[in-house]
Amino acid sequence: MSENRTIRVEALTRVEGEGGLHVRLNGNVVEDLQLTIYEPPRFFEGFLRCRPLEDVPDITARICGICPVAYQMSAVHALEQALGVTISPEIRRLRRLLYCGEWIESHGLHMHLLQAPDFFNAASGIELAATFPHEVTRGLKLKKLGNDLLEVLGGRAIHPINVAVGGFYRAPKREELQKLIPSFEWGLQAAIEATRWVAGFEFPDFERPYEMISVSHPDEYPMNEGRIVSSSGLMIDVAQYEQTFAEHHVAHSTALHSLKVADRSSYHVGPLARINLNRDRLCETALRVADEIDFSTPCLNPFKAIIARGLEVIHAFDEALSILRDYQSFKPSRIPYEYRAGEGCAATEAPRGLIYHRYGIDDQGKITFAKIVPPTSQNQRQIELDLIDWLPRILSPDDQRTADECERLIRSYDPCISCSTHFLKLTWEQPRAMIEHSP
Amino acid sequence: MSKPLFASESAGSNDTAATTTRRPRPRLAVFKFASCDGCQLSLLDCENELLAVAEAVEIAWFPEASSRLQPGPYDIALVEGSITTPHDAQRILDVRRSARIVVTIGACATAGGIQSLKNWADHEDYLRCVYARPEYISTLASSTPIADHIKVDYELRGCPISRHQLLDVIGALVKGQRPRLPSHSVCLDCKRKGTVCVEVAQGIPCLGPVTHSGCGAICPTYDRGCYGCFGPVSQSNCLSLTDQYLSMGTSTETLLPLLRNFNAAAPEFRDASNRIEAIAKRTETSPEVPHE
Repeated sequence: MSENRTIRVEALTRVEGEGGLHVRLNGNVVEDLQLTIYEPPRFFEGFLRCRPLEDVPDITARICGICPVAYQMSAVHALEQALGVTISPEIRRLRRLLYCGEWIESHGLHMHLLQAPDFFNAASGIELAATFPHEVTRGLKLKKLGNDLLEVLGGRAIHPINVAVGGFYRAPKREELQKLIPSFEWGLQAAIEATRWVAGFEFPDFERPYEMISVSHPDEYPMNEGRIVSSSGLMIDVAQYEQTFAEHHVAHSTALHSLKVADRSSYHVGPLARINLNRDRLCETALRVADEIDFSTPCLNPFKAIIARGLEVIHAFDEALSILRDYQSFKPSRIPYEYRAGEGCAATEAPRGLIYHRYGIDDQGKITFAKIVPPTSQNQRQIELDLIDWLPRILSPDDQRTADECERLIRSYDPCISCSTHFLKLTWEQPRAMIEHSP
Repeated sequence: MSKPLFASESAGSNDTAATTTRRPRPRLAVFKFASCDGCQLSLLDCENELLAVAEAVEIAWFPEASSRLQPGPYDIALVEGSITTPHDAQRILDVRRSARIVVTIGACATAGGIQSLKNWADHEDYLRCVYARPEYISTLASSTPIADHIKVDYELRGCPISRHQLLDVIGALVKGQRPRLPSHSVCLDCKRKGTVCVEVAQGIPCLGPVTHSGCGAICPTYDRGCYGCFGPVSQSNCLSLTDQYLSMGTSTETLLPLLRNFNAAAPEFRDASNRIEAIAKRTETSPEVPHE
């Protein structure tokens, strides 16, 4: 196998959105590797200009059907900063509750239907259900509880309608939310069992020297608010994000690559980064399970993100339960504001990692500019570098196997390709996994 | 466009002879064009029914859910997203050739989606606004619904679609029946639910009277007006409704973005928003009319 060969995965599967992988090898040496993203561009930053700021949470939700809440949360926090609005503690708690719903739904989906099949050579969660009916059914039920919460609090699970700049259109009644408590008590126990299950998978022995980046808050596990920290000791205000990280437009991807400004180096965002940097702020139950399954941090094995997701689902159920138990309906559900020209930015933690928004507004409440950096464009360069390291270890004469192993690593990031708002199109040859040999 | 469902008789009638004998499971494919993935996620969000659906149909092509991708022909193709690139304009033709029944799912596929806002804008300007290197990008100047490119058998509205409607449609097609979906307006759903009208009681402009049913009339139950994410209902009278709102003092600045969002390019909403825009421009240029 000393000849040149090209491995192409034309359509990555079990990821959200459309991307592919092109690898050129000379013998065992990787000559070129590109995670190509050909999702058609949708120009959200363009649409938002001149829109009333109240439309932003509804419109940015449509960037991604899997993590709309992440877009809504980042947008409302950034706009509230621009308007000088301070939300009440009740609104803040309700927003964390909404985010818990999305983490449970998104992580539940990824753990059971997208990533777990990789550990058992199954093509899908549905196939995996033949071997693990109890576990997959439990996973679906967990995911459904996340959606149930989003439906009560957000109006619906995909593109919730209840998120407003300043708060919520309506605060739910106490009994609407309290009805969820019994099923969430079950969910907490089920999440513990699911985490034990995934922790028992056989993980490849693979670690990478990541720079991990996440939001961090002194008193709570990061979701809506905090500073930005890194494993190398960086600690900045969100306002310094764009001086520290910059996006670069590369020809092979419609997602802009995000790199550190200082040395143009890549970094890693997502559940592993969050847990590595904020482990002590997990709830007690999640910490106990982490100890019990011997999950040591820093964890630098990207495949083990599935365990981090499990621990975060435990945390989300635990935190959701405490908010649900104490909840009383309140008024006003939305803090009133007056228009003023200004600018605001926010970073929150989407299920798949840090997401940054910045908006300018004029004194009529219209958007003057928007900048959105989704998690996947931040991870994209890191995934490519991981693959360069991973490939020689898994290279097989069978190209399909090699391609499968590469996909497996990409999938462990839970990349959300639709998320990258700024996507352009690259070569598409055939809409199916296709392997090519070139002599 | 105005009659979104039951566009084709052929789907059901081809099947009837075969129903008496044991048929192989219908082969289902899910295709994505420019979209957010939310509508195909609706299928995975049928948590209680997913494994049953997977028994009733053979999921032959669903890259978001399965790595086992099997070539066509397919019995049912669910198509999400709108056409925005030259390549996709070709690819949708292949989808049509590969599938017996094409069901478009969601506002992007049925009306062009939020990305159809670029139909009103300077495309080059949008490119520069998002990308540092616009020359890397190949896109069409407009975002168009699937039915502008191929014959569509059934349309499922919504941003996102209702998973209950999706299950109903798949269920009917599996049985060889014609799907039947409601075709009334959101306004009627509020009356059925007993939701107090947000327009009448709170003066909030609401598109419920002209919007297709399917969401469950959720916005008014959360104290906000309908923003039309299921698109125009058949025989909607958008002109009359917007005239009424204007005469009651709602500003063109409020009405224009309300009509120009997820179904902006649906003809009824498009025409109404263009008219509002023209009124707004007249008001701006006319010195006699006071302008806030």
